[in-house]
Amino acid sequence: MEIYFDNSATTRCYDSVRDVVVKTMMEDYGNPSSMHQKGVEGEQYLKDARQIFAKILKVNEKEIYFTSGGTESNNWALVGTALANKRSGNRIISTAIEHPAVSEPLRFLEEQGFEIIKLGVDKNGQISLEELEAALTDKTILVSTMYVNNEIGAVQPVEEIARLVHRKCPGALYHVDAIQAFGKYQIFPKRIGIDLMSASGHKIHGPKGVGLMYMSEKAKVAPIILGGGQQKGMRSGTDNVSGIAGFAQAAKEIYTDREAKNISLYELKEYMIEQLKTLDRVVVHGTTDREKSAPHIINASLVGVGSEVLLHTLEDRQIYVSAGSACSTHKRSKSPTLSAIDAKKEEMESSVRFSFTEENTKEEVDTVISVLKEVLPLLRRYRAH
Amino acid sequence: MFKAFLVKYAEIAIKGKNRHLFEDALVKQIRHGLKKADGEFRVTKEQGRIYVYCDSDYDYDEVTGIMSRIFGVVGFCPVVIHEMCGYEELAKHVVKYVDDIYPDKNKTFKMNARRSDKRYPMDSMELNRELGGVVLDAFPEMKVDVHNPDILLTVEIRSKIYLYSEVIPGPGGMPVGSNGKAMLLLSGGIDSPVAGYMIAKRGVKIDAVYFHAPPYTSERAKQKVIDLAKIVSRFTGPIYLHVVNFTDIQLYIYDQCPHEELTIIMRRYMMRIAEHFAKETGCLGLITGESIGQVASQTLQSLAATNEVCTLPVYRPVIGFDKQEIVEVANKIGTFETSILPYEDCCTVFVAKHPVTKPNLNIIRNSEKKLAEKIDELVDEAIRTTEVIIVSEES
Repeated sequence: MEIYFDNSATTRCYDSVRDVVVKTMMEDYGNPSSMHQKGVEGEQYLKDARQIFAKILKVNEKEIYFTSGGTESNNWALVGTALANKRSGNRIISTAIEHPAVSEPLRFLEEQGFEIIKLGVDKNGQISLEELEAALTDKTILVSTMYVNNEIGAVQPVEEIARLVHRKCPGALYHVDAIQAFGKYQIFPKRIGIDLMSASGHKIHGPKGVGLMYMSEKAKVAPIILGGGQQKGMRSGTDNVSGIAGFAQAAKEIYTDREAKNISLYELKEYMIEQLKTLDRVVVHGTTDREKSAPHIINASLVGVGSEVLLHTLEDRQIYVSAGSACSTHKRSKSPTLSAIDAKKEEMESSVRFSFTEENTKEEVDTVISVLKEVLPLLRRYRAH
Repeated sequence: MFKAFLVKYAEIAIKGKNRHLFEDALVKQIRHGLKKADGEFRVTKEQGRIYVYCDSDYDYDEVTGIMSRIFGVVGFCPVVIHEMCGYEELAKHVVKYVDDIYPDKNKTFKMNARRSDKRYPMDSMELNRELGGVVLDAFPEMKVDVHNPDILLTVEIRSKIYLYSEVIPGPGGMPVGSNGKAMLLLSGGIDSPVAGYMIAKRGVKIDAVYFHAPPYTSERAKQKVIDLAKIVSRFTGPIYLHVVNFTDIQLYIYDQCPHEELTIIMRRYMMRIAEHFAKETGCLGLITGESIGQVASQTLQSLAATNEVCTLPVYRPVIGFDKQEIVEVANKIGTFETSILPYEDCCTVFVAKHPVTKPNLNIIRNSEKKLAEKIDELVDEAIRTTEVIIVSEES
């Protein structure tokens, strides 16, 4: 039996998501921009989806925008805010552990003349509020942090960050990359003080190629995709009805019994960590404190075994995980998060990520642990010296 | 506009009595190559020249792209064909041709008339003189240079009238299949695809063997090698790629032999296995991408040590090339971008920090004795479980 422990990379679609995607492709395939009845039918899916997300996030429907995915949402939030607010200042504050969908747009903005501040993190992967406070100047137009880190599952104190940002820089916007958090956490952007927030469909058992951005009515953000004027001209392009309808269905399903699901996820994760620790030379990164870490991500180094070698060994047994960092001899791309939490070189080379979903079980964990027990001695025996 | 291509070939024209064999092989390769292109083509051998006639609409870039990858083609000229006509009309055709092909008239030229049909009222000398004058009158910026012209403007009077001047370079070499077959040791690196290309260019058909070491090398590494073989097959035709699972042999050597000798001993077994498949499939040699001194296993001593286990000749076409020279060819044939994708290959997985650079054959042979117990069995198993993938441009 296949064991899929790579749910932070992507997830399998819910059956109900498949059904609505097929329906909107085969029956209700109208273009919402069309004036005829078919178009109206298509539009209804968008209205419903917007309503579902607005309810989950407790925001206005008109503050929900659909995009092609998390990467586009992040790009839009960063570049769009920078473009619209460059007269007010040029400082943007973020962290050293962001996903490339944030760090690369920031690099682009730096080349355009913006000043980018990247806050470091402690060994748990959390920024320091004091450092943030010191970095907030009246030139600051945007603060962007992730909610849950994709590599080690560290959770940022978004409420405190939001409070601090708005107290010290009332003009600045706060963007949260919630791609790994949406579906796991009850997030109320308005109440917390989040102005912009990115989420993605395929991380929550929805389709790939669809995401959303929550944008507060008060936020001044320029569109970065121009065209036929869809979504009030803020995000042009024919509406991805199937993707959006599937995404909304996934959100509805994942938020049903969310708390119970999270408790089982934490239990599963803690169980696996406990089991991992019975193995020789295993380092689990980040903290297991439930307040400071996500329920579904474990990053562990099985020291002495290259990440990729372990990944392929497990793959052979139909166990799917992620390598913490690409470990090719030709190009060693260092993991930004593991570097930022000061992981040792040997730990970085051997780090793997296990990421869970509600469908995973303790039995699966047991299987993975027993496979690890079996293969680790052999893998550790053969290695480059 | 161009209804035919005149194919130029140099080397195969000097092969004495074998000449027609080579020409036939080249015609066959061109026909085979053009099957992939949309359109109707006729390839003919006439009066010691090969013509490709385009009998329907075709895509110029597609056809010239294919032609420029056929070994044996030194160059080819896009030809404009007109019905037989008198001199007045011919002169108009020539002027129009020059005007169409060369927007920038600031060039030197030489007329090159060839009268194959001797019934034509003017001979070659007269045609050169008269047509040269017509071109000069029409385009005063142009100048005649009979020694080193920018444009050699050829007018051939046959049953029809052929006009051509541009030469598009081909790869040269000899038609594939005219010189037997050899087995390429293909890794995912930059050098081995280039080595395969260079030997194939001499008319040799290529098959390949790749050593796969799961889980130490990934499926993507294997896919990368298939992709490289596919690029090379654009020139060489289909390649039978033998994918050998080498992991157990590698681990056994690791267990039994000194670590710094691992790479050399491993490569000796790779050569042995490659030779097995070479002999089995009628190959007359092995091909590697080795280049002297590039890595520890490619010093003269190391090469001697790996060479020793083979009875077939081992061809190493890039042996005297610097890396940069190899990269240039890799760029030309389009393998470079794929070669540099960062996947582990099985030679680097267990590489020692300080591998031997000057292996002593006696010591290596002695170390190999430690493998006596199981190695034959493992080699047999690797051969038995080898997967053969037929890689071609279309696959």
